[in-house]
Amino acid sequence: MYSEKVMDHFTNPRNVGEIENADGVGQVGNAKCGDIMKMYLKIEDGIIKDAKFKTFGCGAAVATSSMATELLIGKTIKEAEMITNKVVMEALDGLPPVKVHCSVLAEEAIAAALQDYKIKNGLVEDNMYEGCSGCCGGCGSHELRREHLHAEHE
Amino acid sequence: MADMEKKIIYLDHAATTYVKPEVFEVMKPYFDTEYGNPSSIYSIGRSNRKAVEDARISVAKSIGAAEPSEIYFTGSGTESDNWAIKGAALALKKKGKHIITSNIEHPAVLATCEFLQKQGYDITYVKVDEEGLINPEDVDKEIRPDTILVTIMMANNEIGTIQPIKEIAQVCKKHGVLFHTDAVQAAGNIPINVKDLGVDLLSVSGHKFYGPKGVGMLYIRKGVRIESLIHGGHQERNRRAGTENVPGIVGFAKALELANINMEAHYKKLSSLRDRALKGITDRIPYTRVNGSMEKRLPGNLNISFRFVEGESVLLMLDMKGIKASSGSACTSGSLDPSHVLLSIGLPHEIAHGSLRLSFGEINTEEEVDYLIDALDEIINKLRNMSPLYEDFTKGV
Repeated sequence: MYSEKVMDHFTNPRNVGEIENADGVGQVGNAKCGDIMKMYLKIEDGIIKDAKFKTFGCGAAVATSSMATELLIGKTIKEAEMITNKVVMEALDGLPPVKVHCSVLAEEAIAAALQDYKIKNGLVEDNMYEGCSGCCGGCGSHELRREHLHAEHE
Repeated sequence: MADMEKKIIYLDHAATTYVKPEVFEVMKPYFDTEYGNPSSIYSIGRSNRKAVEDARISVAKSIGAAEPSEIYFTGSGTESDNWAIKGAALALKKKGKHIITSNIEHPAVLATCEFLQKQGYDITYVKVDEEGLINPEDVDKEIRPDTILVTIMMANNEIGTIQPIKEIAQVCKKHGVLFHTDAVQAAGNIPINVKDLGVDLLSVSGHKFYGPKGVGMLYIRKGVRIESLIHGGHQERNRRAGTENVPGIVGFAKALELANINMEAHYKKLSSLRDRALKGITDRIPYTRVNGSMEKRLPGNLNISFRFVEGESVLLMLDMKGIKASSGSACTSGSLDPSHVLLSIGLPHEIAHGSLRLSFGEINTEEEVDYLIDALDEIINKLRNMSPLYEDFTKGV
């Protein structure tokens, strides 16, 4: 049911762990839904120097977290903001339809960690993601964010 | 143990079993040489008729039925459940439209009840206690003048809990209400005697006790009238049309017969493996809990929750070590909610997500159980080290 890449990232997840004094930390999902992702970022001069994660969830949740950290490292913040669930999914050679929400969670974890960084550094005025549980995109919050991003990058 | 990693360690006998060689042997002729239709009058038809009727006699004996004519072969346990429930609902709709079931039934019963609800029937779900047991008095309290059927499973497929079927049957009898039990998980594991139990309808599936897939049975007590669901032939005394699955039926009867002969040894072996696994796992891995009653439980069933981890991840890692098991997590069911059974016995969602069902069988060994314990210890550790829930817990958040 999973691609070889998903199984590879699940079996040997990259960048598992925490970053002490991380510049950005984001946690999305909730235990009730069975998925929690916590993303840690080390950012220097606008570049993501390191990314680590901890995930409670299924094989796809672990694999998307792992892939997300690989995609993040070395990117600028602007580039990191372009890592959507689709990008993560494609990098993993796809996910079964019932697991697509795991890639949405990865996108939301990235967004939450970047948002945390921006807040810490006074780079945002409105904190539009505060209080978002980000569970499975059910509340539509990631759709909102996507529209927002779309408008920003157009 | 390196050689074990290439071997399959099958711990999912509640999902299905292999077919025993003795069973496969008696089925074989009906595929190629004795392939006639039981309804044909020439010799290879007649020999098939005899095979089906001999199987019926054997099954009747195995479950303590008064007459072979009370045994009806079907295509699966699910079909038997559908037939019993929908058949009773259709036959008795003039008397009433109220059906009582439990909230831990197999989907074959639950989804059938939901279907009937959409057709205007009223369904009451009796709750189970924290061990997964039903109190017969609760069934008694729910029976109304328009109650036409009570359907409660004999043993649960996820947590192995064995229900007080005899007592529930007595309650139903007192009120003159039909009683059906889904005995799919019970058959072959614990004794079934329909006369002693006092049930009106009982479903069994062939592939849970080392028989073939694609064949089930519904016991319909003599005098009980339920509507037929499959029309178009005179088979099964005009009540279930379709050419009989002769090899399947022959295999079903043989497997049930063998299960009855071996029951004591089977029970002893499986419960001993189960208890060894339980002790090893709980001794080695902290923050675990067993789900379901330990006394009223199927011999081969073990259902454990590991806190801070998710079930599908555990299954995938077990699979990589050759161990085949099952889980009650949402991710294995394709929905967002974990097992309805685990939620019904009061488990919070996050703990239900981290549950594992192991169902032992006759081929399993103590060596395999020990390998399982080592594997689980390593896997749960690895997943907990990856889990933000465990991180919060260890930091006291």
